[in-house]
Amino acid sequence: MARKSDGERRASAFGLADISWRSLAAGIHRSGLKLALGAALALGATAAAAEAPKHGGVLTYMIPADGGPSLDGHRETTFAVLHATAPFYSVLIRVNPDDPSSTTDFRCDLCTEMPKPTDNGLTYTFKIRKGVKFHDGSPLTAQDVAASWNKIVHPKPGVASARENNFVMVDTITAPDDETVVFKLKFATLSFLPALADPYAYIYSKKILDKDMHWYEKNIMGSGPFKLVDYQIGQSIKGERNPDYYHPGQPYLDGFVAIFAPKQAVRTDAIRADRAALEFRSLPPSARDQLVKELGDKITVQESDWNCGNVVTPNHQKKPFDDLRVRKALFLAIDQWKGAQALSKIAIVRTVGSIVFPGSPFAATKEELQQMIGYWPDIEKSRAEARRLLKEAGQENLSFELLNRNVDQPYKIVGTWLIDEWSKVGIKATQKVVPTGPWLDSMRSGDFTVALEANCQNVVNPIADVGRWLPHEVQRENYGYFSDPEEIEIYNRLLRETDVSKARVLMRKLDTRINDQAHQLMVTYWYRIVPMRSYVKGWKISPSHYLNQDLANIWLDK
Amino acid sequence: MYRYIIKRVLLVIPTLLGAAALVFVLMRLVPGDVCVVRLGSSGGTFDPKAIALCHTELGMDKPVVVQFLDFVWGIVRLDFGTSMWSGAPVTTEIWARLPISLEIAILATVVAIAIAIPLGALSAVKQNTWIDVVVRVFAVGGIATPSFWLGIVALLIVLNFTSAVFGHPWMPPIEYVPIWQDPIRNLSMALLPAVTVGYRYAAVSMRMTRSAMLEVMQEDYIRTARAKGLIRKLIINRHALKNALLPVVTLIGIEFAFLIGGLVVTEQVFNLNGVGRLFVQAVQNQDYTLSQALVMLTVMIFVICNLIVDLLYAWLDPRIRFG
Amino acid sequence: MVTAVHTTELSRARLDDVAPGRASSIRRLLGFCRRELLGTFGLLLMLIMAATGLTAEWIAPYSPTANDFAAMMEPPSWAHPLGTDQFGRDLLSRIVFGARTAMIVGLTSALVGGVIGLVLGVGSAYFGGKTDLILQRVSDVLMAFPLIIMALAVVAIFGTGVENVIIAITIPLVPRCARVVRASALAIREVPYVDAARALGFGHARIILCHMVPNVMAPFLIMVTAFVGQAVLAEASLSYLGLGVQEPVPAWGLMLQGGAEEYAATAPWIALFPGIAIVLAVLGVNLFGDALRDTLDPKLRKR
Repeated sequence: MARKSDGERRASAFGLADISWRSLAAGIHRSGLKLALGAALALGATAAAAEAPKHGGVLTYMIPADGGPSLDGHRETTFAVLHATAPFYSVLIRVNPDDPSSTTDFRCDLCTEMPKPTDNGLTYTFKIRKGVKFHDGSPLTAQDVAASWNKIVHPKPGVASARENNFVMVDTITAPDDETVVFKLKFATLSFLPALADPYAYIYSKKILDKDMHWYEKNIMGSGPFKLVDYQIGQSIKGERNPDYYHPGQPYLDGFVAIFAPKQAVRTDAIRADRAALEFRSLPPSARDQLVKELGDKITVQESDWNCGNVVTPNHQKKPFDDLRVRKALFLAIDQWKGAQALSKIAIVRTVGSIVFPGSPFAATKEELQQMIGYWPDIEKSRAEARRLLKEAGQENLSFELLNRNVDQPYKIVGTWLIDEWSKVGIKATQKVVPTGPWLDSMRSGDFTVALEANCQNVVNPIADVGRWLPHEVQRENYGYFSDPEEIEIYNRLLRETDVSKARVLMRKLDTRINDQAHQLMVTYWYRIVPMRSYVKGWKISPSHYLNQDLANIWLDK
Repeated sequence: MYRYIIKRVLLVIPTLLGAAALVFVLMRLVPGDVCVVRLGSSGGTFDPKAIALCHTELGMDKPVVVQFLDFVWGIVRLDFGTSMWSGAPVTTEIWARLPISLEIAILATVVAIAIAIPLGALSAVKQNTWIDVVVRVFAVGGIATPSFWLGIVALLIVLNFTSAVFGHPWMPPIEYVPIWQDPIRNLSMALLPAVTVGYRYAAVSMRMTRSAMLEVMQEDYIRTARAKGLIRKLIINRHALKNALLPVVTLIGIEFAFLIGGLVVTEQVFNLNGVGRLFVQAVQNQDYTLSQALVMLTVMIFVICNLIVDLLYAWLDPRIRFG
Repeated sequence: MVTAVHTTELSRARLDDVAPGRASSIRRLLGFCRRELLGTFGLLLMLIMAATGLTAEWIAPYSPTANDFAAMMEPPSWAHPLGTDQFGRDLLSRIVFGARTAMIVGLTSALVGGVIGLVLGVGSAYFGGKTDLILQRVSDVLMAFPLIIMALAVVAIFGTGVENVIIAITIPLVPRCARVVRASALAIREVPYVDAARALGFGHARIILCHMVPNVMAPFLIMVTAFVGQAVLAEASLSYLGLGVQEPVPAWGLMLQGGAEEYAATAPWIALFPGIAIVLAVLGVNLFGDALRDTLDPKLRKR
């Protein structure tokens, strides 16, 4: 079977627009410029891809999961809920839907313009659009925005808010009148605005929330580009165009149908047979290759680095991983550079990086990475050092069980690869693969030796995102069970630093500290591959499968 | 006879209780719980308060014995509770998914019976000829093939065949419509899974029909009929087949209960929103109420099928009927 | 599930039909082969599978777990007769070692399940009364209980691995065997000489071992043969659902799980060959089992 080279395949599959904004975006990130420049270049990018959107048509897409638990975006964390309900709601601010891969370009959805923080960065005042209506006809005012945000940031007892601790910096949220919302912070931080652009931060109706805080768990009523038509449990959700939508001209679609399809082979076949146009999360490289081979130019593929990655977490409480040398050896054995390249052919991984998302200005450059343990360019040297450290620690015959999650892409594939890598320095590891519940439970109870876990965030918000790497006493979801006051101190300084270049220096310091202590290792960031039928236009991929899902800017070229 | 019936029906109760206890204990032995899965499976951060709240909402902080008693009492009243994952009543969740599963189960049964009985009888009558060999291999093939593999291969064949012949690949629809709304679309969705499941079902029934026919054909009264000169075909149809049908029918009845379980894998392959897939989800999400309810339903169906079979045999067996 | 068959057919198995001969055993074997061509074919398949599993290290050209990223998803060629999978591992080697896993899982589950079922079934039939009642209810519960929950619980509590998969598969086999054995044993229990033996003062164990067990051997052996096939299929289904053996252990069911569907269109050999291996193995076992039943069951022998 003749196989096209990677380059050939991608050249034929990518649209030109894709290449242009990606290289532009990469340029912005490298120079680390701010909001204004990002906005200007994004405008340029859309101009380069300009085609007049056609109105009409129904988009059929698939959600690669079984139905989510509830319909309330504030309390859930699974993407299935987002993909199913985001088209029905508005948010306050969001990542620019026309340049969603930017980590700095935030736009208004319900507000009129992005405010400048006042009061030494402690106060943000938003002006809300006039004339916005909920789907039931009632007007949306700043009161609704404030009520929804208070539900997220300061939920009443008995109400769950999954991302409450992203907003520890928020002191109060008030609506002095029907057009103004004021956020008062406890301390100034660069991580507030990205956190505010949370795609789950749906704006609900205050009237309904006052009557019943739990109403939105089973019902949908928003102000977004689409109105709910039908919801069949576990099967599909349908929406139709909202004629009163406040962004002029949008939505272009007449409606959409979202079908829950947890089986990946079925999704690929469905796209192939045009039973659905796409899925918004990611398909593995094999699916992309197959679709491109069979459908040629009827398929467009968009790809992007993903703000998700797998993390190797040794349990510092379990011998011999309390020994720094053993942990270092564990990381030194892994050839990330070659591994990522090979794995990218069969798994949804690609880019090597450390604690910060590779596309962000705060990320380590390749030179900086190659100084860190687990990223050395010379793998033989790295493995020799690993063997030496193991010998020194008396652990030449180290063997352990890697706790892994029962999901193929990419957990099990990465796990299988890691075990092979470790065998090359004499470490005999086996996989203990369990379903999600027991996997989480083993980590939460510390009942494991080394775990392969994942780190996934919504909006690319590096300063908030790296909080995940802090020791357990501060960050409950860190399952390394280690103590490191110096790390906490660096992070606290970083959180309060408002100057971007100083913040970057602190971020590098944090990264090297975590790496020197071999607490955890990020192995290969994930990679989003979204093949779609070529008639779907307007949607741009981003580093997060949670972003840009309200479908307002999608149109069908049929 | 009545004593037997009553005794037999009463024996159902300890079986159900035993199954209830077993599923209750097994589900809770698995580490983790639905709240953790719900909040933590995306790999992001979540608030520990949210988990505690979730536990209280779902009644998981009550003592285990109380939970068990609630569960059993619920079953007695036929109140299966609400799903811990979605918050919807269990009956709603199951009812939404029952149509497609039932349709496939029935279609599979029809396919199976349509193939199995004629072929099984033929194979028995022509024992040890090449027809017999072919049918036997066909039947054993049905038992030997993993149904999900068959499903994958079948789907692939359909896709490639339509692509080659029509230039445009066709696959069954992935969205369910009820049969009265759009019969063609509905059937095109259900046919492939029904055949995949039905093949195995047919294989088992075929073998049973064959061996039952063989057994009956050796019986004295058949030999007598043959000796009397009755036409062979008449003998087969009127005597042999009728009597052979009894074990076949009972097998079909029992297999139907297993069929529901077999749907689990098939629904995964074809992405059908059925009860089998719901079951896998419930178990993976550690949704205690939903999995418990589904297990109890499966056990009840199995127990009732067995009960009917046992009563049928008892009725036919004069020792018990008149004992 | 051929439970009902055995209840009707074999409950009346005659005692002397199963007594093993001595010098005539070879003649009987040859007679068997001549009469039951399909069964012999099945036996051949089984022997091939066993031989492959036993000599895996010598006949496999590569290691089954060595990733080779330079040779990912290659179609069948001289270097890799059955192609390679997505990690670059040689499929032929994995199938050969998979035969060993299948043999281990199949034989262990079948034997352990069968023996426990035998003990419970015979005990249940012999002692009757309350013991019988309780054991019957327990076996009802286990038979009706969906395999997936059992497997999930075993995997979640004990972890994955061949031993735990065997446990998960054995559990549903025990009640099925017990039921069939009990039906046969019940028939024997009615026979007068058991009562005579008791009257003569023979102990329970002696009667059970010397009289009852040999006479339920026929259905027992047939069941165990069928179980081997069912165990291999169960392992395949469990692996498909992610609850079976885990990477990188070579097992046919596992090979069908990750690679099969994903690469079915671009690299079909990844899905095809393990599936064929399963079909052939279970086919062989079932054909042999059928022939065994035809031989051992007097009612099906042609007069």
